[in-house]
Amino acid sequence: MNRPTTTAGLHEQLWQAVVAADEYAAVDLVVQAMDDGVSGEDLLLDVIARVQERIGSEWAADRLTVAQEHAATAINERVVTALSHHRAMRQGKPSRGRVTVCCVDGEWHAFPARLVAEILQLRGWQVDYLGAQTPTPHLIAHLHSTNPAAVLLSGSIPTHLPNAHRAVTACQATGVPVVAGGRAFGADGRYARVLGADGWAPDARAAAALLEEGLTRSVTSAGRQALDDLPHLADQEYTMVVQARPRLVRQTVLDLETRFSAMAGYDDEQRERTAEDIAHIIDFLATALYVDDAEVFLTFLTWTAHLLEARKVPAASLLVGLDILAEQLHDFPRALRILTAGRSALHAMAAGPPALAEPAAAGADA
Amino acid sequence: MGCARSVPQMVKASRGASARSRDTGSQAGTSWADVPFPVLVADRHGRLARLNDAARTLLPLAEAGGWLHEVAPPWLVDAHRSFAEGPPASAAAPLTGPVGDRMVTARPTASPDGEVVWWLLDDTDRHRAETELRGEKQRCELLTDVSSTLLSTLNLPRCMEVTAALAAQHLAEAAVLVSPSQGRHHQLTYACRYGDVRQVARRIDPYSVPGLPEALQGFPPVPARWLDPGEIPDWVLPPGFTAAVGSVIVTPLPGHGVPAGVLILLRSGTERAFSGGEENFARLFAARAGAALSAARLYTEQTAITATLMRELLPPALSSVHGVTYAGNYRPASDHERVGGDFYDVHPGPDPSRETLVALGDVAGKGLDAAVLTGKIRNTLHALLPLADDHQRVLRLLNGALLTSHHGRFVTLVLASVRRDGNRVDLRLTSAGHLPPLLVRADGTVEEAGTRGTLVGALPEVTAQSYETTLAPGEICLLYTDGITEARGGPLGDELYGEERLRRALTACGGMPAEAVVEHVQMLASQWLGPGGHDDMAVVAIGMDRNGPAPAVTPQDTTRRNR
Repeated sequence: MNRPTTTAGLHEQLWQAVVAADEYAAVDLVVQAMDDGVSGEDLLLDVIARVQERIGSEWAADRLTVAQEHAATAINERVVTALSHHRAMRQGKPSRGRVTVCCVDGEWHAFPARLVAEILQLRGWQVDYLGAQTPTPHLIAHLHSTNPAAVLLSGSIPTHLPNAHRAVTACQATGVPVVAGGRAFGADGRYARVLGADGWAPDARAAAALLEEGLTRSVTSAGRQALDDLPHLADQEYTMVVQARPRLVRQTVLDLETRFSAMAGYDDEQRERTAEDIAHIIDFLATALYVDDAEVFLTFLTWTAHLLEARKVPAASLLVGLDILAEQLHDFPRALRILTAGRSALHAMAAGPPALAEPAAAGADA
Repeated sequence: MGCARSVPQMVKASRGASARSRDTGSQAGTSWADVPFPVLVADRHGRLARLNDAARTLLPLAEAGGWLHEVAPPWLVDAHRSFAEGPPASAAAPLTGPVGDRMVTARPTASPDGEVVWWLLDDTDRHRAETELRGEKQRCELLTDVSSTLLSTLNLPRCMEVTAALAAQHLAEAAVLVSPSQGRHHQLTYACRYGDVRQVARRIDPYSVPGLPEALQGFPPVPARWLDPGEIPDWVLPPGFTAAVGSVIVTPLPGHGVPAGVLILLRSGTERAFSGGEENFARLFAARAGAALSAARLYTEQTAITATLMRELLPPALSSVHGVTYAGNYRPASDHERVGGDFYDVHPGPDPSRETLVALGDVAGKGLDAAVLTGKIRNTLHALLPLADDHQRVLRLLNGALLTSHHGRFVTLVLASVRRDGNRVDLRLTSAGHLPPLLVRADGTVEEAGTRGTLVGALPEVTAQSYETTLAPGEICLLYTDGITEARGGPLGDELYGEERLRRALTACGGMPAEAVVEHVQMLASQWLGPGGHDDMAVVAIGMDRNGPAPAVTPQDTTRRNR
């Protein structure tokens, strides 16, 4: 359906309805568009998915709170549900094979996976949609009982990449290929490759195209372990940083209080918020150690710096925080390299014009 | 005699020997003639000068003065020619090749008068041992691969596919796996060495293949045997197997008490028996495949049984009823389980003018034992629905029922009677030893419902105070279990999430749809969690359906059932 002007107009109208939490206006809008003959796939991907992206970027730019983001997402979910009940979307018997769509263990952003599930159903696949935060044991049990042609694994937050890796290797050990998708895997899908996924799809259409091309079943390698894909994990830095996380957070908060004078005036809630920020920084550091790529850490760090500035918290506290972490991790060469890169990135940011970044690949829910 | 000069230096001339023919160097005594290995001496042109007894045994036609190429295998003739043209600068690797039915290693040495002495070593046994060792190693590696591949899946169709494909790849050119009958049909899995695997369910006559009925019935395994290809019915031939069948073998798969099926192997060309090693390998393969298939079959059966038993224990999918929206989410304590000791239910009133009963509770304990009790409590509450006007009476009756049962566990729960009345929702809330529900007002104020009561199933008497309130549009009543507030973790790793944090989070939720509040609360608690595990976590939100009083039946969103 070539109605670009229509879908563009619809996007703006739907955005207005969704942020106003006006479920009925939102649902009516897409149902009407469907009645007018706009295809379900175009509505899902060119209107609804764009609105969802905008919800994400508005949240990332601190213009929506987490709660608002959830409310808007819930409305958008209802829109998808209403659409999937529209008669024009009803499918007959699936004409293609069976596939499983799920989120990485710990991943709460289910919307992209939901869209993929809807699109694949439209394209004739029999889809089992397991939803947000699928525990890997459930996923594997599901694979044993359904033997799907592929698993489509969705991840939005990079800190879940180690979980994603566990899911990828576990699926492949049962002989089922995995297509990874979502922001967590990098804008170019680099982390999907690092983790040994059989494919990567930047969006739902690409995922459908990959499946239609046909994936070869993975050569079963029951003996494969995390170390075979990521030999650098042998240095144990990732493991130790994850295990030491509570101690690292506590020590960093303590040291910040003595070295960063503004913290003296913090109340308990601000102090807890600071601790959460530090915990996130450590989580992203651990992720960078896991995939052996500082980029995932730097993207998060610069985004956090922008966010703190927007909240009138001096980003200099971040530099002090990195220093304190570096002192505690002095025995960890890879972690130190990543922290040093982080320092340079923050310095470069302070020197340059304060561009308000579009932190596409960053993000952790506060 | 000049021969002594021409033999290699290591062989010393001796006087002892006398009665030997000229061409074996009779004067040499303990000479190369007595060496227990064949030795040949040939001139540059390939004419045999001398040979010893051992060489004569190896090459019966050889005699001094004859031509090497008339009696020796071509590889040795070629080697002689190239060595005679010019010995290699460095010592070349020894040559090995067949001589008759023996394997021989040959090493040349040059003598000063241009002759070449060939020292031959009969290597047949070592060679045979090496070949067997190599074969055994390959089979061992293959078996390891096969085992890993077979063990990787517990899905029965997939396991059958893998078995047939591996058999076609390593045991024969094509394979058919005949699984035990299901009704009148047998599942047949066909595989060709270079083709796809196909599965069909077909009615077949097992008696059309000799040995098949016995193998399928699990009689003691008959030795694998080759059949006359003429006896084979058409259904045995895999689609795409166009070659003329040369030989067929029927191998039962031992299933250890569970029928595992029969493997039919096909080879094209002339009938060919297994070698000893191959036969051993086929038996090991069948044992592995049989074990894997029976494990997959058991798993499939157990999964089906569990799913059936579990269906009643899973939390229900919630939606809008009589103008009120209900949303719920449940996360069991352990990730490998789907049920636990928390539960919730929404029992719609018979019509929109009557109350809907919502129950959310927490049985002491975790896991399956607790889940079984939640099932009993849910059934009991369901049966008590006609009395739901009186929460205290329902709790008393439930208390009596629990006290007289044998498990000795108790439960805390919240009952909510809900009715839409115009532009508001009337609520009657009763807590029995449970965390009181929280009311999230449209402006973000969070109130605690003023209801208190004793837990159920522990004491002879229960008392509980109900609390009545109303919800305006955009307001939410939240029922939750202590798994949320007792989530341990946070940035410092060992703090409880606590009611205070929950309330603070809810202040941001005024005006949010019920599903969004539920998801938000579950997400916050899950993100708070450290690695130390958690209790069951259940959340139910009640809010006004802004659509006005809804029709009696609303479509359920089936795609979200697992959320």
